[in-house]
Amino acid sequence: MFSRDRWLEIFETIRKNKLRTFLSGFTVALGIFIFIILFGFGNGLKNQFQEFFLDDATNTISLFAGKTSKPYKGFKSNRRIEFDNSDLADIKENFPFFLEYITPRISRGATVKYKNEFDNYTTRGVGPAHQFAEKTIIMKGRYINEDDVKNKTKYAVIGRLVAQDLFGQEDAIGKFIDVGNSVFKVIGVFQDDGGDREERYIYIPYTTRQLLEKSNDKVDEIVLAFKPQIGHSGSLVFERKLREFLKKKKSIAPSDPNGIFFRNRADALKQNQQFANVLQLIVTFVGLGTLIAGIIGISNIMVFVVKERTKELGIRKALGATPKSVIQMILHESIFITTISGYVGLFIGIFVLKSIGVSLQDYFIKDPYIDTSTALFATVILILFGGIAGYIPAKRAARIKPIVALRDE
Amino acid sequence: MGNSSLHVLKGIDFEVEQGELVAIMGSSGSGKSTLLNILGMLDVLDEGSYTLDDVLIKDLDETKAAKYRNKFLGFVFQSFNLINYKTAIENVSLPLYYQGVSRKERQEQALKYLTMVGLADWATHLPSELSGGQKQRVAIARAMASKPKVLLADEPTGALDTKTSYEVMDLIQKINQEGNTILVVTHEEDIAEMCKRVVKLKDGVIIEDKKVKQVLAADYVQ
Repeated sequence: MFSRDRWLEIFETIRKNKLRTFLSGFTVALGIFIFIILFGFGNGLKNQFQEFFLDDATNTISLFAGKTSKPYKGFKSNRRIEFDNSDLADIKENFPFFLEYITPRISRGATVKYKNEFDNYTTRGVGPAHQFAEKTIIMKGRYINEDDVKNKTKYAVIGRLVAQDLFGQEDAIGKFIDVGNSVFKVIGVFQDDGGDREERYIYIPYTTRQLLEKSNDKVDEIVLAFKPQIGHSGSLVFERKLREFLKKKKSIAPSDPNGIFFRNRADALKQNQQFANVLQLIVTFVGLGTLIAGIIGISNIMVFVVKERTKELGIRKALGATPKSVIQMILHESIFITTISGYVGLFIGIFVLKSIGVSLQDYFIKDPYIDTSTALFATVILILFGGIAGYIPAKRAARIKPIVALRDE
Repeated sequence: MGNSSLHVLKGIDFEVEQGELVAIMGSSGSGKSTLLNILGMLDVLDEGSYTLDDVLIKDLDETKAAKYRNKFLGFVFQSFNLINYKTAIENVSLPLYYQGVSRKERQEQALKYLTMVGLADWATHLPSELSGGQKQRVAIARAMASKPKVLLADEPTGALDTKTSYEVMDLIQKINQEGNTILVVTHEEDIAEMCKRVVKLKDGVIIEDKKVKQVLAADYVQ
């Protein structure tokens, strides 16, 4: 297999049959190249999709209060329901099996000033767990903690763009800002993958917000997360039980569709996941299709190559080449060419993907990439099938009697 | 090929001694090429036996046939059958490659045989750069390179003009004088007369087998 003579013979054949070598090499390189580009684009599409939809925690349920639509227990319909701090405590106490964390969210718009800079932003009164629900990434300082909630501190965690707008190059940490006419100390700056809008929020302890609003205990919205291990179906059970519990507590008719509203991100997640799966399927399908097209291409070339060499093989056989040596020669040559050109295609493909990758963001393709193992796997598959595709006609050619081959003009 | 069998040879019984130069003659369809193909192990016989150098040639699979061909036989064809992308010397050294001779040794041997056929200066030329006669001489050098027991020539002059034909026959006679056994299939009387023995075939049987007085091709070649 590795005799020097055989290699020299093959190099000679390759050197003197440049067109043939080029054709088969080109087919393989092109096959791999297209595979890598398409697969990479598919992955890029998937990346972009993930960024769009999966920037928040996906195991959360949001609860909103609204107006009832049915009279119940002496209450008239159209009654406004409100959450308060006791609801948080009750949920925590009654659903430890399901609950991962819980946080209120009280959103208020406010004019925020620092020195001469000011602008309108949305403040969110939250608990520490809110950081997980939004997947908030702290760049500097820290997030709201339990002590802040307990002590109703006037601390604020501001978005990256808020810091940019108000402070410019200045370090925001420890500075005091005016939020709707009360002074807050900036304790942290965050970023969020959810985009610009999410980076314009200001987080403050929800208790502080309640204090500012005549020291009430009202909560607009409750965000809670179920334990991921209970899964989507578990979350539906949780949701049902929670609804029953709260309706009872708030005296809402069990059959009333209004009063309390749920938004389960798991539902959205499930749909998104399905879409992501479809994308994955398309990517795989495209990849597989390209690979098959490549294999067919190589097979064609190999059949052509062997056909073209029939006479030569007949001469070789008349001069004493055994069928085995004929097959080995053809396979050795084809595997050598496909390997070299396969890797050439591989590297060109990866290089092109890397260099044009960034400019495709506008077309919803983000960071197109192909993992090395997939790329190598595809290359090896193509080489393997190139070998098999060469083997079949080579075997046939090796079996033809030399006289038949020699008659083939 | 097809599956329908056709009896081409209907009982051929003849022996060739070492050092003979035999012409096998006959019109087309007489079975002369089939006979040569069987002798050359390019084709198999249905009945009978074939003994070459005291070895009974039978039950040949392709691998065995290839080895015997490489060891015992040299071929010269009407259409030369040189590998067109290999130079003259590479063509000549090919049978040696299949004998497992080292590269350096192959080069030396091949050059020796090219010198013998008078084409040492053309060693690095491709077949397309050679004339018909030169190509056939390269083919003869290639056939002789493996030092065969028998040289089988199938219409070696069929594609050549008379003058070139005689040059090629001159070469074949010289090789024969060195003690090599040669069988030449031809339908040309003048070529047959340059051999030492003429076997005439008709419809698959030998109708004549006689020793002839050899005409020396050298007399015609100047």
